[in-house]
Amino acid sequence: MASYNTSEFKSGLKFIMDGDPYTIVENEFVKPGKGQAFNRVRIRNLKTGRVIDKTWKSGEKVEAADVMEVDMEYLYEDGEFWHFMEPSTFEQHAASETAVADVKHWLKPQESYIITLWNGVPLSATPPNFVDLKITQCDPGVQGNTAQGATKPATVETGAQIKVPLFVEEGEMVKIDTRTGEYLSRVKES
Amino acid sequence: MNWQPETNHKTRQQRAQMLADTRSFFQQRNVLEVETPALSQAGNTDPFIESFHLDQRYLHTSPEYPMKRLLAAGSGDIYQICKVWRKAESGRNHNPEFSLLEWYRVDFSYQQLIQEVSELLHLHLAKILTEDNQLYTYQQVFLENLDINPHIASHRDLIHCVTENISGLSCEELSRQAMLDALLTHCIEPTFKKDRLTFIYDYPASQSALAQLREEKYSKTGGDGFAFKSYSIAERFEVYLGKIELGNGYQEETSHERNKQILHTENTTRIQHKQETVTQDELFLAACKSGIPRSAGVAIGLDRVLMCITGQKTIQKVINFPWDKA
Repeated sequence: MASYNTSEFKSGLKFIMDGDPYTIVENEFVKPGKGQAFNRVRIRNLKTGRVIDKTWKSGEKVEAADVMEVDMEYLYEDGEFWHFMEPSTFEQHAASETAVADVKHWLKPQESYIITLWNGVPLSATPPNFVDLKITQCDPGVQGNTAQGATKPATVETGAQIKVPLFVEEGEMVKIDTRTGEYLSRVKES
Repeated sequence: MNWQPETNHKTRQQRAQMLADTRSFFQQRNVLEVETPALSQAGNTDPFIESFHLDQRYLHTSPEYPMKRLLAAGSGDIYQICKVWRKAESGRNHNPEFSLLEWYRVDFSYQQLIQEVSELLHLHLAKILTEDNQLYTYQQVFLENLDINPHIASHRDLIHCVTENISGLSCEELSRQAMLDALLTHCIEPTFKKDRLTFIYDYPASQSALAQLREEKYSKTGGDGFAFKSYSIAERFEVYLGKIELGNGYQEETSHERNKQILHTENTTRIQHKQETVTQDELFLAACKSGIPRSAGVAIGLDRVLMCITGQKTIQKVINFPWDKA
């Protein structure tokens, strides 16, 4: 089994701990003038997304994780799995509901997502920071109302609920920041 | 290929100035600049410092042993500025190859040497050191920050203290000293202020390295009432700016018997830790036998001092070609 020594620790290194895959967010080497050195490490559980602090005695080892990040196109959902495709090889991968839990409402066919694979199985999906989505449902627009900050609820084609300014109409395309779920602007269709 | 240096020209000028100021500081005090070998037949036995070992020779991790041979030969006060190498010490405050300033003062106490270290650092860091130095014993910083006495706390108390204060560190395989090291680096060093020097002195005997020991008595109330017990203190100090450790000083152990025993114990610990043993320095021990004068010595990490002078956040930014670019 491949392993990493603490001296190989750096941001982005993927390893297994207690059966779960983790990635290193931040690594700090600390050592008193004389005595035991430690690696103080901030790590993220790739399954749950939870970030925790951990300290290893320098020289200890962790088990390497076979984790890769691949760009894939979202295809469709069949009620049980969410299907993605590697555009270069056309190879398809089925992601479970847990893997897409955080991004389910931002999945738009043909859009590109970063899929984290662990032993070849999708672990999580990261949407692009910005996506253009169609408004499928909202109250009629109030023409000329550009009052600052006034918003109304709207539903977009992927099912996400967002807040949009009062002048936005059903059927329009809008740009959204997927990290915050915030409306950014209207998109003019060419 | 990115062949460019990591430093800017100003940093290179500041390094040159730091070296020039250091040399003139010692010249004014009649401390002689010396050189000793970087590649030696014997190495540092300290189990927490790993030497590069090549072709039956060790790259030195500090010039301590040969400088003490000079002291034994009657050199008087000496200093050295040299490159040293420590394997696997890499991070934002560590580069495996770094510049060390080491000096020895004959007939100085370590308390007098603390004063001299302060004077040198105030010369280099005049603009940053706006507040008076802070001096604490090792015991004080543990009592004040963690309410635990590092010299007499039980193993169980230490495990409790580590578990309570450091998340995600398993104590199972940690020695008593390793737990103290963890508490010091994780919980205490970060509290040191950025605008002054902090000196910590009088370490536990388990961290003595080649420092002199002293017996310390304390009173204990037990089942039999009042009793006196004692523990050993190592006459050693460390100096910090903020949480960056800049140097490490000692009241030097001059006894041949004890130095011999320290090197032997260090190699025994290496065997217990399943580390390679290191050829111990017989020439150093022979010098001890002939007689090292009473003296105090200190080593200062010059790249870290330069980090403080320039305000750079990583050691790599003050070294022209750090480890990954060397």
